[in-house]
Amino acid sequence: MTSGESVTVPASDRKRPHRLAAILRSQMRNIAPFLTLICLFSFFAVASPSFATLDNLGNILTQISVTGIIAVGLTFVILCAEIDLSIAAIANVTGIAVAYFTLQESYVNIANVPMPGWAAILLALALCALLGLVNAFGLTVIGIPSFIMTLAMMQIAAGISALLVRGQIAYKVPPLVSTLGSTSIGGVPWIVIVAAAMLLGGHLVLTYTRFGRYVYMVGGNREAAEYSGLNVKLILGSVMVISAVCAGIGGMLGVAHFGSAQQNEFDTYLLDSIAAVVVGGTSLFGGRGGIGNTIVGLFVLGVLNNGLDHVNIDSFLKILIRGLILLAALIINVYAQRLRERTAE
Amino acid sequence: MPAGQPILELQEITKAFGGVEALRGVDFALTAGEIHGLVGENGAGKSTLMKIIAGVHADFSGRFILDGKETRFRSVRDAHAAGIAMVHQELSVAPDLSVAENVFLGNQPTNRLGFVQWRRMAREAGEQLKRFGIDVDPMSRLGDLPIGLQQLIEIARVLFSGARIIILDEPTSALSPPEVERLFATLKRLRDEGTSIVFISHFIEDILRVSDVVTVFRNGRKVAETRAAETSKPALIEAMIGKGREALEETYTHDIMLPPPAERPVVLNANGLSLARSLRDVSFDVRAGEVLGIYGFMGCGQLELARILFGKLRPDQGSLTVAGDQKAFRSTADARRAGIAFVPESRRDMLFHQEPVYKNISISVLDRISSLLLKPSREREIAARQVDQLRIRPAAVELDLGMLSGGNQQKVALAKWLSYPPRLLVLCEPTRGMDVGAKDDVIHIVRDLRAKGLAVIVLSTEPETVLSLADRVIVLKRGAVVREFANERISKDRLLEAA
Repeated sequence: MTSGESVTVPASDRKRPHRLAAILRSQMRNIAPFLTLICLFSFFAVASPSFATLDNLGNILTQISVTGIIAVGLTFVILCAEIDLSIAAIANVTGIAVAYFTLQESYVNIANVPMPGWAAILLALALCALLGLVNAFGLTVIGIPSFIMTLAMMQIAAGISALLVRGQIAYKVPPLVSTLGSTSIGGVPWIVIVAAAMLLGGHLVLTYTRFGRYVYMVGGNREAAEYSGLNVKLILGSVMVISAVCAGIGGMLGVAHFGSAQQNEFDTYLLDSIAAVVVGGTSLFGGRGGIGNTIVGLFVLGVLNNGLDHVNIDSFLKILIRGLILLAALIINVYAQRLRERTAE
Repeated sequence: MPAGQPILELQEITKAFGGVEALRGVDFALTAGEIHGLVGENGAGKSTLMKIIAGVHADFSGRFILDGKETRFRSVRDAHAAGIAMVHQELSVAPDLSVAENVFLGNQPTNRLGFVQWRRMAREAGEQLKRFGIDVDPMSRLGDLPIGLQQLIEIARVLFSGARIIILDEPTSALSPPEVERLFATLKRLRDEGTSIVFISHFIEDILRVSDVVTVFRNGRKVAETRAAETSKPALIEAMIGKGREALEETYTHDIMLPPPAERPVVLNANGLSLARSLRDVSFDVRAGEVLGIYGFMGCGQLELARILFGKLRPDQGSLTVAGDQKAFRSTADARRAGIAFVPESRRDMLFHQEPVYKNISISVLDRISSLLLKPSREREIAARQVDQLRIRPAAVELDLGMLSGGNQQKVALAKWLSYPPRLLVLCEPTRGMDVGAKDDVIHIVRDLRAKGLAVIVLSTEPETVLSLADRVIVLKRGAVVREFANERISKDRLLEAA
C-alpha cells in the first residue's frame, strides 16, 4: 500500500480549507435547534415583559418536566430508528394504576384495591414495564413494525385505564409520588429535579455505557450491527421497555402534579414528547442525536408554549403556530441528515 | 426480414466509467431469429454492452445501427419503443404486487375509462405463464413465491412482451434443471418465430446448448465469435482467460496440500445443509490453520451458505458443529459467541459510515473490553493496533469511516474481528473491487491468520480470489457441492470447468 499512502495524504490536505464548512454542515442538526431556541427566547423576551423573568423560567421548567421524563425513554427508541406511540397512553394507565392501588376518599366511586404506598408504586411500575415488554415482543419476536405495534398498545393501555377508572376521577396517590410530583425543596419543584436526574441518567447511559453504544450502532446501521454479532433484537426490545418505564414514571408524577388521575389526561404528551425529541435534532432515521438534543427540544417547546401565553394573540391561532414550527423542525431534521450524508461521501 | 441479415449492428463501441474503459472498440451484430450467447469473466464488458443496447447507458461512443438506420437510445423507454427488452441480472420485480400485475407491469389492460381490467389481466397472465409451464394463481402476491419462480415470472414478462430483441443476463442462476429446460424450449420457439435473443451466462454448457452463435469477451474487447456447433467448453474457457496464461499460472496456481487431519482439529463441520431453493445437502469441514475456498457463480448459494454459518439464516435441514459442539444459532450474536467472525460481500452492510474508525473496529469486541462502562481509550488503543497491523490508511482512528477509500474500508471490516481472534473467519468476496496493493495486503493478512491457527472460509465468485487464498477448494453449483479440489494441482480453467 505504499503507493496508496502517497496518494491519500495530499488528498486529505486538499480537503482542509473546506473542513470548517464540513464541520458546520455535519453539526447542523445540533446547531439549528439551538438557534431556534435562542430566536424564540429573544422574540418572547422582547414581545412580553413578563416572559423573561426568573419566576417564569421556573414555570417553564415545571411545565416541561413531565414531557421531559417521558422523552428520555423515547429518545432511546428514536435513536434506534423506531417509534413508540404508546407512551402517553402508558403514562396515563400507570398514573391511574398507582391511584387505583391507593386508598381513595369515600366519595370517589372507584372499586379500588388499597395497598401500602411502596406496593402501589411497584405494581404500577411493573404494569408499565409489562406493557413495554409486550411492545418489545411484538416488535422483535413477531416482527410487527413499531409504528403499528405501539398504535395497538396505545389502545390497549387506554382500554386498561378505562376499565380501572370507569369514567371516574381518583385523587389520592402514595405519599412518595405526591411529594415528588407536587412539592418543592428549597424553592425547586421535586418534579424538575426528577426530570433533570432522569435526563442526566439517560445521557450517561447513552454516552458512557456499552448498551448506549449499541443503541447508537443499531440505529446507525441495523444490518451492520447484526453482522457485527450484536443481539439487535435484545437491544430493540430493551429500548421499548425503557421507553414504557420512563413513560410510566412520568405518568405517576404527572398524576400527582395535576392532582388527579383520569382518562385521557396525557393525550397531548404523545405529540409533545415526539416533538421534543425530533425538534431537538435527534434523527428520525436513527443513530444521531441524544439526550442533549432532547433537552434543547424540550426548551424549544416549553418556551413556545409558555411564550405564546404571554403575547397577545388569538388563542386559536396558537395551535396552528405550534404545528408550523414543528413542521419547520422536521424539515431541518431531514435536511440535516442529507447534508451529513453528503459530507460523509 | 430474411434470416442472416443483421437487425442490430454495433460498431466500434467504447464506453468508460470514470476513466476505466469497460468496452474498447467492440463490434457486435445480431441477426433476426438467432440466439446469441455471450461469455466472459466478471467485468469483461458483456453486461455493459447489453445495457447500451437496452438503453440503460446512453453515453458511449461508436455507431448503433438498428434496421439499417443509425439510432441512439436516450433511455430504456426508447429501447422499449424499438422492441428491445432486457432481463437484468438482479431481480427487479415488485414483490408486493400480484403475479398478474408483475406480468403486465407498466402495461396493464384498461377499459375506455382508464380502469384496470383485473379479470382480463389475471386471465391473460395465467395463460401466458401456463404456456411457459408455470402454474400459479395469477392473483397471488409475487413476493410469496420462491425466488426461482419470481425470476421465471420476470423472464416470462419480457419474453411475452412482444419485443423482437430480448436480452437475458444470467437468467438461469436461480433456476432448477427442469425450469432451465422449459426456458430453453421457450427461447427456441421464440427464435423460430423470428425473435432475436442474447443470452449471457456463466454456465458454458447452457450457452453451448441453446445458442446459435457465441461471442467471447475479455477485458472490454470481443476476442472471439464462432458458431456454437463449432466450439467446445475448453476452447471457450481458453478464449475467456486469454493468452497471458503463463503469468496466471504463476500467480494463481499452486499445488494444494491438504494438511494431515491428525494434527489439525476440525473447527467447523457442516452436515447436509439445505435451504429452500438455495442450498441442497451441502457438507464440508474446515480445520484450524486452513483456508477453505468456496467457489461458484453468482446465485450458486454461496451468500446463503455464508449467512447460515453466521447465524443470520437458519437452514431448513442439516447441522453445524463448531469445535465438536453441535450448534443451532438463533442469532448472529450466538455465532459470534461461538467464535465465528463474518465479513459480508458488501461493505455497506458491514460498517457504520458515519462513525469513527475506532468505533467500527471495537464494536465486535466491546463485550470483551468493557462490561458496563465503555473504555474509549482502550478502544482507541485496540483500533490503533489493528490500523497499524493491517496498514489501514490514513492511520487515524478518529476519522469517520466514510472518509476512507473502499479498500481501506474493507480492511476495517476485517479488523473489527481481529483484536480478539475468532476460531473461524468467514469472508465473502474479500478482495472485490480492490486495487492490486490492497488485494496483496488482504492476501497477506489471511495467510498470517492461517499461520496463527485460525480456520478461514473464503467465498467468492472470482476464481483469482479463491486460487490466491485457498488451501482447499470446494465448488458450488446451483446450491450443491459438485467438486472438491484437495491435494492436487488446480488452475483457473479447471475451476471454471468444474463450475
